[in-house]
Amino acid sequence: MDVRVKDIRKEFSHLPALENLSLDIRSGELIALLGPSGSGKTTLLRLIAGLESPTRGTIYFGEEDASSKTVQERNIGFVFQHYALFRHMTVLDNVAFGLTIRPSGTRPPKAEIRRRALDLLDLVQLSGLEKRYPAQLSGGQRQRVALARAMAVEPNVLLLDEPFGALDAQVRKELRRWLREIHDRTGHTTVFVTHDQDEALELADRVVVMSKGRIEQVGTPDEIYDAPNSPFVFGFIGESNCLPVRVESGQIWLEDRLIGLSAPGEADGSARLFFRPHDIELVDGCGGCLAGIVVQSRRVAGTRHVEIEIGAGRARVEIEVPPQKAIGEASRLAFRPTRFKLFRD
Amino acid sequence: MALTSARGWQFRQPSVLPGFGLALGVTLLWLTLIVLIPLSGLAWRSSALGWQTFWSLATDPRTLHALWISFGCAFLAALVNVVFGVMLAWVLVRYRFPGRRVIDAMVDLPFALPTAVAGIALTTLYAPNGWIGAVLAPLGIKIAFTPAGIVVALIFVGLPFVVRTVQPIMEEIDREVEEAAATLGANRFQTVSRILLPDLLPAVLTGFALALARGVGEYGSVIFIAGNLPYVSEIAPLLIVIRLEEFNYPAATAIAALMLMVSFAMLLVINLIQAWSRRRYGYGA
Repeated sequence: MDVRVKDIRKEFSHLPALENLSLDIRSGELIALLGPSGSGKTTLLRLIAGLESPTRGTIYFGEEDASSKTVQERNIGFVFQHYALFRHMTVLDNVAFGLTIRPSGTRPPKAEIRRRALDLLDLVQLSGLEKRYPAQLSGGQRQRVALARAMAVEPNVLLLDEPFGALDAQVRKELRRWLREIHDRTGHTTVFVTHDQDEALELADRVVVMSKGRIEQVGTPDEIYDAPNSPFVFGFIGESNCLPVRVESGQIWLEDRLIGLSAPGEADGSARLFFRPHDIELVDGCGGCLAGIVVQSRRVAGTRHVEIEIGAGRARVEIEVPPQKAIGEASRLAFRPTRFKLFRD
Repeated sequence: MALTSARGWQFRQPSVLPGFGLALGVTLLWLTLIVLIPLSGLAWRSSALGWQTFWSLATDPRTLHALWISFGCAFLAALVNVVFGVMLAWVLVRYRFPGRRVIDAMVDLPFALPTAVAGIALTTLYAPNGWIGAVLAPLGIKIAFTPAGIVVALIFVGLPFVVRTVQPIMEEIDREVEEAAATLGANRFQTVSRILLPDLLPAVLTGFALALARGVGEYGSVIFIAGNLPYVSEIAPLLIVIRLEEFNYPAATAIAALMLMVSFAMLLVINLIQAWSRRRYGYGA
């Protein structure tokens, strides 16, 4: 089901947590809300769920205005970071809970509920564990029970609040892949909150980058990584370098040097130059380049990370070079960004 | 067999917490001095009676009736305390209102108040000419000087046990669990009755057991309000005192031994239920 958030504002004791925020979520989409803590991503998720009510604004489920509906009426599936399983119930009862509490008119017969719960447990690969209690499961298994429980009510939209946040790195990676598979198979509209950009970029169809209660950028993982539209997004997603530069008649200057990059059509004035550590080429000699003294050189897996101090201002940047290239500390290194972006102050 | 038993439980196990031997020794010594020696004295005394004498003393109708009153009233009072104690704890944990701290402190009063004072105060209130008794008397309800009065007194002394055992567990309830139930479509009533209360069951059982044990042994407050009529409102602890005053030590011993056995059996059963539910819900373990 489509979910539309329109001009939402949310205040907590008069402090704004979300400001005039709008977002369209398409049916069947897997969308990630990504941002640092305090960016309002969990608040947005809870507003969609109906666990919080907006100070202003509207939330539509399909064509219907869901703003005034209670959590119970919205028929959503919510997965919490710390599972929030019912510990006095077996795994099967946990999954079946949403169906067993329905009023007798809409409640499926007992055998049907059991069958559906077992099917879901099969889907989340927990067949055979239905008689266990949550305390007898590992973290990853518990989160899968929580997901099965949320899906049992056939929700309009599935909302996951940092679903893998409490798990260790290995399990996290596994569950990520597995969640993608489940999503492709079931086609639920899914929104998940994360502060882990790898998770967002790897898993989501579209990523919503949030900061300070606002949406910074919405786009596919490629768009977000390759074409960040604000200094915040450039700095928050992936590794990046930032240098204070000047634009003069279409050429970019760092202090008193031309750095060999042109910005045609840019007005003169100061700006900030952003580029990724791997989007560079090393150059010999320097007729227009960035050059500086190597401060530190570290081998990280398949590349070598080199930290360089540039110019009189001693601005530090980090670049990635092929690991076989020998780099001595205090040696001089010249390079030029191959892709970059200018942001005006 | 010999092999397995030799490799079974070891007394010494390497541990980061030293002093197991010392701690266990002190504990056992203490328990022996305070609990085991007096209780074994009781057991020894009653075994000296001989089976025949013991049986005839134990099956004395007056004794049986006193035991019935003691355990029955304590059981009823503990049940009432479970219902209202859980409600009281709920109000104290869940709501913020002026005077909450005062009420919270008042819960402990029955712990501190001399039970005789409580008994006299309750008697004054519930006697046919007391404030509450005067209201109930025209309706034909008599509280003071009947077993109902005993139940009232035991409710009074047992209340803090339930509240104080349930309260901390209630405070730990994860808000997310309630939210999870709501997102699955559960209304408030379903959330409370199917999620929150079952979750509290082990704590409630502990509170029940404590209140029950306290009620069975209560003496001070009950003797004032009960009226102490043999075969009507006479509790077992009082009967023990009466027998002692008659220098009828064998009878006193027999009643005490019976109380001990029944209490122990009840507490053991409750403890087993608790252990089972704790294991199931994964507390601690």
